[in-house]
Amino acid sequence: MSVLVYVEHHNGAFKKAAYEAVTYGRKTADALGIPCVALVLGAADGAGELGAYGATRVLQVQDPAFSAFDSQVYASVIAQAAESVGAKVVILSHSADGKALLGRLAVRLDAGSVSGATAVPTTEGGFRVRKNVFSGKAIAEYELTTDKKVISVMGNSIPPEKLGAPINVEALSVTVPTPKIRMVAIKRIEGNIPLPEAEIVVSAGRGLKGPEHWNIVEDLGDVLGATLACSRPVADSDWRPHHEHVGQTGLVIRPNLYIAIGISGAIQHLAGVNNSKVIVVINKDPEAPFFKAADYGVVGDLFEVVPRLTEAVKKFKAS
Amino acid sequence: MKLLVCISKTPDTTAKISFSADNKEFNSAGVQYILNPYDEWYSLVRALELVEKQSGTVTVIHVGPAENETLIRKALAIGAHDAVRIDAQPSSALFVAKQIAEFAKGQGYDAIFCGKETIDYNGSEVGPMIAELLDLPFLSFANHLEYDGAKATVSRDIGDGTEVVEVEMPFVLSAAKDLAEQRIPNMMGIMKAKQKPLQVVAPVPFEDKVEIVAYELPPAKSSVKLVDPENMDELVRLLHEEAKAI
Repeated sequence: MSVLVYVEHHNGAFKKAAYEAVTYGRKTADALGIPCVALVLGAADGAGELGAYGATRVLQVQDPAFSAFDSQVYASVIAQAAESVGAKVVILSHSADGKALLGRLAVRLDAGSVSGATAVPTTEGGFRVRKNVFSGKAIAEYELTTDKKVISVMGNSIPPEKLGAPINVEALSVTVPTPKIRMVAIKRIEGNIPLPEAEIVVSAGRGLKGPEHWNIVEDLGDVLGATLACSRPVADSDWRPHHEHVGQTGLVIRPNLYIAIGISGAIQHLAGVNNSKVIVVINKDPEAPFFKAADYGVVGDLFEVVPRLTEAVKKFKAS
Repeated sequence: MKLLVCISKTPDTTAKISFSADNKEFNSAGVQYILNPYDEWYSLVRALELVEKQSGTVTVIHVGPAENETLIRKALAIGAHDAVRIDAQPSSALFVAKQIAEFAKGQGYDAIFCGKETIDYNGSEVGPMIAELLDLPFLSFANHLEYDGAKATVSRDIGDGTEVVEVEMPFVLSAAKDLAEQRIPNMMGIMKAKQKPLQVVAPVPFEDKVEIVAYELPPAKSSVKLVDPENMDELVRLLHEEAKAI
């Protein structure tokens, strides 16, 4: 018996979400008193590093089919791996791929599933997992009564914990089905930390008045090492690309610090950011609804306040 | 082309969320219900656009009690040709997926469309579950879809970018923003919808594998601490010392 963690990588590189998933798997395994096994599909040199986060075995399957994501192929392979290690619980990241795999694996393994868990399961008096529901407006506790369980872990919920040293990677041999989906092109945003993983996010809305003022947002983002985001109207008017849009219809994020500049805080926007740990709102309208969801607020003209904040952060970083 | 579009009922985005005294049930009193926006605005509309271009039919399918038929009629008013209601209270994602897959099996649908998630349970599970139950490819978070008569070309949100893939029918797809533009039903559509066929189907037996045992509201935010706009050093100090966020 074991807990199996399917660990994602992009072209061989593991991101924070990968270590979060292994840490979640290790803690779940500890609670159940069974080992945690990590599974990597495709070439990734640093796979042994997953052992340092608590995986007692790291299994790797190599096949050209893994160069493109087809949930049917991946789910089949993960299910075979789960079978071979007697997995009681399968852990995934709550990423684009993870979300597509969760439902498939639940069916394939005849397992109960929880999508986007925000806490490690509790196992006394039943196997229970918490997740956010109603777009972050509430939390639900799910009980899973099935023999096997599948859980996807929400990003920025479980801090990765490095415990030891890397371990050897074992090759696993399984049957890889032929993909039905063909990759034509893939475009990943280079440079910045992707929004779902960012610790600090600086975001701006219509209050910015036009794309020509975006530099003041960038300057603050730069000094904080933040990833930039925007509200829906900003993306819809093409001031900024759509992949930066956070909110109900865009990305849902939960950074440590979310700084909202010139965003009124419509409920649809809040749905994407209300699980941020600390929210700072800068807006000239003291009645902006966002202040009700904020930890810190600055009522003032963003064109003066933001450059001032940038300077203050610079001074702080230099001290 | 024969398309099946899954439509779900959710509380309105602005609904106040509360629970029964024992925190076991969602309190629906005073809550306005809508069609799940991803199902209505993007998934259904793109399906309609495809059959308008290629000819064919769009059937909407819903798992829920008779009182939800007003929402089903709205989907018909937007342009769906006919509707199916599985007469059951949806109790989990797998329950819904199972009912839809059982209905769709052997019916020869060229594609099954869902929204990328419902805005109440935010699970994104029903689409891949249907795909697995029917052994079909699944394309999640589609923000663009073209069909040339032989293959579909789909652009997908992948969190930190976009991926373009090709696939032959049949497949299951989940719709993200930008797949289509929202359509508002017009008077003609609303009149026609009343006459369109709505088939009621009994559910297949199914035992749930998960149960929500408790709900809770997030801890109330303490009221906002306002910082003097002239004094951003103070904000930095608070973020560092108090919030430990920088």
